[in-house]
Parts: sequence; structure tokens; C-alpha cells
Amino acid sequence: MAYSDKLIEHYENPRNVGTLDKGDDTVGTGLVGAPACGDVMRLQIRVNPETQIIEDAKFKTFGCGSAIASSSLATEWIKGKTVEEANALKNTQIVEELNLPPVKIHCSVLAEDAIKSAIADFREKQKKQEDKG
Amino acid sequence: MRGSSVNLLDKTMALKLPIYLDNNATTPVDPRVVDAMLPYFTEHFGNAASRNHPFGWKAEEKVEEARETIAKLIGAKSGKEIIFTSGATESDNLAIKGVAHFYKEKGNHIITCKTEHKAVLDSTKRLEREGFDVTYLDVDDNARVDPEAVRAAITDQTILVSIMLANNEVGTVQPIEEIGKITREKKVFFHVDAVQGVGRVPFDVEAMNVDLASITAHKMYGPKGVGALYVRRSKPRVRLLAEIDGGGHERGMRSGTLNVTGIVGFQAAAQIMIDEGQAEIERLRGMRDRLRNKLWGALDELVLNGADDPWRHPGNLNVSFSFVEGEAMMMAIKDVAVSSGSACTSASLEPSYVLRAMGVDEEMAHTSIRFGIGRFNTDEEIDYVADLVISQVGRLRDLSPLYEMHKEGIDLKSIQWEAH
Repeated sequence: MAYSDKLIEHYENPRNVGTLDKGDDTVGTGLVGAPACGDVMRLQIRVNPETQIIEDAKFKTFGCGSAIASSSLATEWIKGKTVEEANALKNTQIVEELNLPPVKIHCSVLAEDAIKSAIADFREKQKKQEDKG
Repeated sequence: MRGSSVNLLDKTMALKLPIYLDNNATTPVDPRVVDAMLPYFTEHFGNAASRNHPFGWKAEEKVEEARETIAKLIGAKSGKEIIFTSGATESDNLAIKGVAHFYKEKGNHIITCKTEHKAVLDSTKRLEREGFDVTYLDVDDNARVDPEAVRAAITDQTILVSIMLANNEVGTVQPIEEIGKITREKKVFFHVDAVQGVGRVPFDVEAMNVDLASITAHKMYGPKGVGALYVRRSKPRVRLLAEIDGGGHERGMRSGTLNVTGIVGFQAAAQIMIDEGQAEIERLRGMRDRLRNKLWGALDELVLNGADDPWRHPGNLNVSFSFVEGEAMMMAIKDVAVSSGSACTSASLEPSYVLRAMGVDEEMAHTSIRFGIGRFNTDEEIDYVADLVISQVGRLRDLSPLYEMHKEGIDLKSIQWEAH
């Protein structure tokens, strides 16, 4: 399958690979996909609760080259954005940027899900904090 | 005169990329085969069916000679039992449908197994739509068929059993000799898709009581587009209903002008296999084990898919690299041509049906890579591939959340994954 140069570049030099402390209240973790389907993405964000800005983002992905590139790109895009802005990111933007072939569109959907899931996790933690406080 | 330092330089320079390690898919044509074929394109170009001039005689003579060589390769009594086809897919179709259609008054039941090539499985599926009953035997976790399961499946309606010699994906060799004893005793015809194993693992149609066998030139360093079907002529005689109508070539079983150049190449390839095959088996197994030992020495959590020796094709190494998806792996070793059982590499987006039939979990099927080692590979190539694979599996596992979770002691099966 012929992939775009941008996709291959992200696959070969993925940005923001790593792990954040999921016990930290300012960290949101999204784990989406399934091993049986051939792709699992874990995307994490560290958010400044005051500004709601995503100060750090990390990922690890089990999946094909498109899945790895999609999650790498996603972390790159959401860093420095507010949670609100990141939540509005659409998979079609990833499809466009990486020029994903039709059979690989689900990789971009998974990346969007991972972002939303990480944000939901962060928000839930914050809510618990407020309830406690 | 060449000094030793020059030789050393030659040796390192000799590694040419990309490296071909997909010899279960097809093989390059041996240059000796090409040499044998060339005169038959331009000089001896006659139609083997032209009975009235030397051009036809020359072609016919060579074709008959080729039948004898190919018969010898598989232990057949006579070249008359060799029918030339366009390849193994046609041979499988002709054997299965040809027998079924000829003997349909005698019975309507066929036995095969779940890990056969699609040329067999799709032929039997078509027969099912025509009203035949087909039993698809299970295999064990090494992809082996139990001969006693074959015996148990035979009914008074059974006309044919079709089991492959060696599996194209996982390299498992089937117990052909044991199954042949049973089918002969039960008076049921036995077809073997011998494409992958012939010349590589013991195969002899007489000793193993095989009645029909499919083979193809391009898996044995011959050209693509030419194959053969062995059809037993006596004890018992096998008859077929032709699938292609026309000039009545190949004793009425397969019409169509013979691919004389292809057949000449097939013969040359078969002759090389007869002369050098035995020594080559040792070389292939040596390279396969070199790769295997290096991988297992450096990486954890590897699984060998398929049976081990002596029931394994000497050139096939199929490995699941747990926690690393197959297509990503292939991208990481893009200078090495291999194949994968991962869904992402198949048109159907389904993981390998062979691995699934063996009971391999879907998640493990996604991580499988097939290395197919052949005549023209070298130890230097194997070393290069081993080093590359080891470093890339390391890189991709560092990227894999599953590997991290595994290392933390989390049971991945205990997690409620969301299928998508």
C-alpha cells in the first residue's frame, strides 16, 4: 500500500511517545480499540486546571503504520490547545493531513475517540475533585 | 589477482536491498531455467499439437520429456499421468471439480480441511452450491490433520479426500502417507495440493497412495503460468470431467495449446530439484534455524506458528511477535519482503483463516510474520534480517501500550475492550 510521505514520517519518527502518571488528577487517559481488532491506542493528556490548556500529551499505540501515525499527529495537534479546542478535533482532519486511504479511515476515528476519551477521563477526575472539595 | 581484503569488501557489498524472503509466495526463476527456455520462444516455437512438421514434433518431444521428469520428481510411474495446466489453482479446480463431476453418481461427499489453500476451499464451496456435501476437518494447534479424523469422516457417499502436503502460511506438513493408507483402504480418491512441499519434504505418489496431485513451476524456481496435475492411470484409474472444452489436448482432460516454453522451464526446474533438492533442504533449514535462533535469543514473547520439525517446511518460519501489529512490522522492515497474517495486510481485513483454524487468538494472528527462505538467500541476508527485526520489534514494543501493560503484569484478557 502506498502511504503519504507525511504518514511515513510520523510512523518512523513518532512524536510524544510515552506514559504519563495516570494516578495524577491533572492527567486524563484514553484507552481505545481492541487487540483482537489489531489496534489499541492509549492517549494521555496533562491539563492545567486553571487555564484548561493541554500542557503535555503522550501516546502508545499497538496497530498498523496508519494507527501509529494518526495518534502521533493527534498528540502533536492537541498540545497547547484548550480541552475545548481539542474536543472539537475531527477525524477527517487527520485523514486529510495524512492522506489516509479509505481502508485506514478507522485509524483516524480511533485517534479522535482516544482524544475524547482522555478528555472525558480528565473531566471526570476534576469533577470528583470538586465534589470532594 | 584478488586480495583477501577485496573479497571481504565484495562480501559486504553483496548484500543487495530489498531482500526477498517471501519464497512461499513465489520464487525467482533460476537462471539455468531461463537458459533452457529461451530457444523455445524463437527457434523451437512449434505447437506441440502440430503432428505434420518438425516444428510440432520438436515441441511435442520436449513436452513428453518434461512429463517424464516431472513424474520422476513426484514418484509417478509414467509421464502419461502428468496433465499440464496454467498453475496450481487450475490443477486444484480440475482435480476436485473434475472428480466430483465425473463420479457424482457414485457419491456426493468430499472431505478436506480448514487450512487448505483457497483454490481447494473455493472449489469445494462451489460444489456445495451444486449439491455436494463437504466435510471441512479441523486441525490441531500445529495445523495438522488427524488421519483418524479422515477415516471417521468417510461415508459410503465419499468420493474424494483433498489434503495439502505443506501449508503455505505456517509450513505444517500433513501426514500424507497415513491418510493415503486410509483412503486406499476405503477406496476413496486422494488429492494432494503438493505445491509448497514438493522437493522440500518427502513426497511420493506411489509410496503414499496419492491419486491426484497439484504442483506448480513458480514455487520451485520455474516460470509462473504453468502447473501440472498428476492423475493416476492405474490401480485405481482416476477419471475426470474436463473443465475446459476445446481441442481435446491432454487426453481430453485439459484442452488448450500447451505452454511449451513454460513446460520446458518447468522441466528444467524439476530436474534441478531432483539433482540438488536434497542438499538444498539442509541449506534452507540451516538458514531458517539461524534466523529462528537469533530471534529467540534476543526477543521475548515470540510464538512459532505451525508444526516443528520434522513436520515443518524447511524454508518457512512463521512467527507471532506479540504486541507488535504485523503491518506496522512490515513497514518497519520495508527492505525485507515478507508477508503477514494480519488483517491490515489482507484485502478482506480479516486475519488469516489458517491461524484462526489452528486456534490462534485474533490478537496473535495480527502479529504474525511469515519468512519464506529460498534457494537464493544467503547467511549474510539472514543475519541482516535478524538484526533488523530484533531492533524494530524493540522499537515497536516501546510504542505498544500492550507490551507496557504486559510488563506491568496486567492480564490483557481481563480488560473489557471495546470492539470497533
